[in-house]
Amino acid sequence: MSEISIQREDFDPGAEIAALQDGSGAAGAIATFIGIVRGDGGLSAMTLDHYPGMCESEIAVHAEEARKRWPILGLRIVHRTGELVPGDRIVFVGVASAHRQAAFQAAEFLMDYLKTRAPFWKLERRGAQANWVEARSEDDESVKRWQQPR
Amino acid sequence: MKLLYFAWVRQKIGISEEQIDMPAGVTTVATLVQFLRDRGPGYAEAFRNPALIRVAVNQQHTDFNAVVRPGDEIAFFPPVTGG
Repeated sequence: MSEISIQREDFDPGAEIAALQDGSGAAGAIATFIGIVRGDGGLSAMTLDHYPGMCESEIAVHAEEARKRWPILGLRIVHRTGELVPGDRIVFVGVASAHRQAAFQAAEFLMDYLKTRAPFWKLERRGAQANWVEARSEDDESVKRWQQPR
Repeated sequence: MKLLYFAWVRQKIGISEEQIDMPAGVTTVATLVQFLRDRGPGYAEAFRNPALIRVAVNQQHTDFNAVVRPGDEIAFFPPVTGG
């Protein structure tokens, strides 16, 4: 299984986690994040537009950077595109490492960069209205913490 | 050069991609945007406020000062909102 998948189909979180658990006992921790479409504000559907090719390469750059920063034993990112409805899964990030701090931190790092750099765009539908989601400045702030000298 | 448009940039222009010959006088993303704005009302609307637009050249994030060359793949889009 490749590390990064951009796909229309849903994913199976249990199978993704099981695949990160390699059975050798080296990984003492697996941290995961699953993003789900929220139905707030009367949201009826969400369409995810993306830039094929650049999504994969941009995420790969940050996966490589995460591997330089933390001792990662396994890494998996799945991001869906196309039509989604409230309750649908959008994204999976899973990181396996020897200890929990590295797994938690790498998963957060990957999500922060995914949200601010990977070329995806959300179109929200509420009844007859369709609006492109605007980028949040909080997401830009979240990513800054990884740019401080360590 | 190949031009790609995403999200509301695509909607305003009305197409997702096009192939154009390198226009005379175009050397950077900024000068390309100047050229594109005059291509029609949809382009003028999409590029009305360039501060809202992000650009990638050959699938790498960059800015409006970036140099463009024949054969480049140049994508215009709003700030990303995935995850």
